Amino acid sequence: MHYLDHAATTPLLPEAAEVLTRLSAEVFGNPSSVHAYGRAARAEVEDARDKVAAAIGASPAEVVFTSGGTEADNLAVKGAAAKRAADGRHLVLSAYEHHAVLHAAEALGQRGFELSIVEVTPGGVVEPDAVAAAVRSDTVLVSVMAVNNELGTVNDVAAISAAVKAANGRALVHTDAVQALGKIEVDVAAWGVDLASFSAHKLGGPKGTGALYVRAHTPLAPLQHGGGQERGLRSGTLNAPGIAAFGVAAELAAKDVAVEGERLRPLKQRLLEGFFAAVPDGRLNGDPERAVAHIVNVSVPGAEGETLLLLLDQAGIACSTGSACQSGALDPSHVLLALGLERALADGALRFSFGRTTSAADIEALLEVLPEVVARARRAA
Amino acid sequence: MTRPKAVVAMSGGVDSSVAAALLVEQGYDVTGVMLKLWRGEEINHASGCCSLDAASDARRVADALGIDFYVLNFAERFERSVVADFNSQYRRGRTPNPCVRCNHWIKFGALLERAEALGARYLATGHYARVAEGPGGFRLLRGVDRAKDQSYVLWMLTQKQLGRVLFPVGAMDKARTRALAAELGLRTARKPDSQEICFVRNGDFGAYAERHLGVRPGPVIDRSGRVLGEHAGVARYTVGQRRGLGIALGEPLYVTALDPVANAVVVGRREELAVAALETDETSFTAAALEPGDEVLVQHRAHGEALPARVVAVCGARLRLVLDAPAEAVAPGQSAAFYSPADPDELLGGGVIAATTPA
Repeated sequence: MHYLDHAATTPLLPEAAEVLTRLSAEVFGNPSSVHAYGRAARAEVEDARDKVAAAIGASPAEVVFTSGGTEADNLAVKGAAAKRAADGRHLVLSAYEHHAVLHAAEALGQRGFELSIVEVTPGGVVEPDAVAAAVRSDTVLVSVMAVNNELGTVNDVAAISAAVKAANGRALVHTDAVQALGKIEVDVAAWGVDLASFSAHKLGGPKGTGALYVRAHTPLAPLQHGGGQERGLRSGTLNAPGIAAFGVAAELAAKDVAVEGERLRPLKQRLLEGFFAAVPDGRLNGDPERAVAHIVNVSVPGAEGETLLLLLDQAGIACSTGSACQSGALDPSHVLLALGLERALADGALRFSFGRTTSAADIEALLEVLPEVVARARRAA
Repeated sequence: MTRPKAVVAMSGGVDSSVAAALLVEQGYDVTGVMLKLWRGEEINHASGCCSLDAASDARRVADALGIDFYVLNFAERFERSVVADFNSQYRRGRTPNPCVRCNHWIKFGALLERAEALGARYLATGHYARVAEGPGGFRLLRGVDRAKDQSYVLWMLTQKQLGRVLFPVGAMDKARTRALAAELGLRTARKPDSQEICFVRNGDFGAYAERHLGVRPGPVIDRSGRVLGEHAGVARYTVGQRRGLGIALGEPLYVTALDPVANAVVVGRREELAVAALETDETSFTAAALEPGDEVLVQHRAHGEALPARVVAVCGARLRLVLDAPAEAVAPGQSAAFYSPADPDELLGGGVIAATTPA
């Protein structure tokens, strides 16, 4: 079996697994409790907060732990809109945001907010000028992701942020950086954003843990009320073991970002060479000059992604097409459609994504079965 | 020896669950698939054969059987073919059978091709029908449980398809299927049978017709054109229907014809329902084509009786049958399935009823 779907989720790093299991067994206290049990758990959470903050270029007080990337996105979009509704009811986002952002914004759209959707270039990036052009005096929030989860293309978040602030200094800027941490240098302060979302399980941490960076003094309303944890922004007993494991994973991700990038880039190169040898009329989606090393998105003309995916799965290769919906069925990717890809190419797309456990052997195994898989999928189309 | 590979279309119901279990037991290399036929929001939350709950039931059964399971997205194809045909047939004053269309175009069309691409020798479903192999090729037989027999909706299968399909529950009666499901601990053992059309929300055809068929009120007339009352939209009626006309005329009245051009529902006495002959379109045969002079048994609605008839003309996909005795309530758009007088269990083919001739 060869796992080439690290953008979906990653195996737990041994270091993170150790912390998660040890704390789950031993440090059961409620981090909000005053007694020794609580303090021990609180210490773990705060250590993790330091680590996550260091990894993303924030100060610890600006890190709010959540249940994951989706909650972080929702808190950013809905929380900012709720808090700033009196100042305006206009949101700007890019066409290929993750559904956690897109659907959260659409939900606001049904509650009187107006949305402007910024087009994506055919190469799969969002132009700062295009974002700034959509910003109005009543814009309260702009959300553009740092690294697109399907294409791996990297946006110039600092330039986008600067362009937005120049157009409207009061507009908040959010970036979904779930696919960025561990893949590119993340520095939320240098980016100049107000809000940024992160997820632990994309970088070797456990599922069910994530964080929202909330720049100091950023107006934000909580979605979840209760005990007032996380400075009132996210009530609910803190998941100390998960958060501590997230801290370990985030620290390692930031430390190894350059080394991992260098290790994975030749693998990506090899995959592309082999892919085009097997599928000469194939297409690479997303500008390779602007893409991270760990995501490859290609289209196979004349085949359906769904069939390709199933055949690869049967051959022991795990990858993905667009994003899987709740039923496990596949819908055409809104990301690829946003690039202006014709429907047939969007339907025949595959995403391979790498991580720490990916080796050259995985790529060779894929390339070995690919010609036969493509031939069979084309016969079925 | 490698085990033959079979893809099982799982609906989340008891029949296809047991079908999958039986194939596993018989040593097939089984992959379960569920067809996603709805688009966007789900249609029938709990009961439909294509709901999210059904998908989760099918998935859990597949987990329990230890087989691979995939959801295949056929939503667009289904909407373009089955749903579009359903709407257009109704607009033409016909009474379509979407299950027949789904079998024809989706399950034993697109899905069979997909199964082939996945390397499967067979496609299995939970239909109550049987395939027998004989010297003359494959024969399609009614299910052993006559009350549950579904051969009527499989009339479009040809030799090529029959050689590649498996109906594992066709040789059992429904009670046995349920008992087996319970024995195997399948979670779907006690699930009620689904009856509704899967894309008509909550089984509310009236609401569906208003939304998708553009129904509007019009006159209810008799054969001579005399207006007897008002109807709520042609698509809400079926030939042979008696109730729901809202007209009292001393004797019972039946819908005898639908006229979508005039937006009229034609009613008459029971005698006026009698049909002497019918023509099918899109006619297909399981083996050799029928010829003029051939005797058949024709079943013109699901769970209806098979009536003796004689083929009088075959022209391309069009076939004309004369019934030995007049039949009642033959609705254009429904299917006519032909069975063999020599073996009333054996299906010979069928078609979509295109026209009828009054007796």
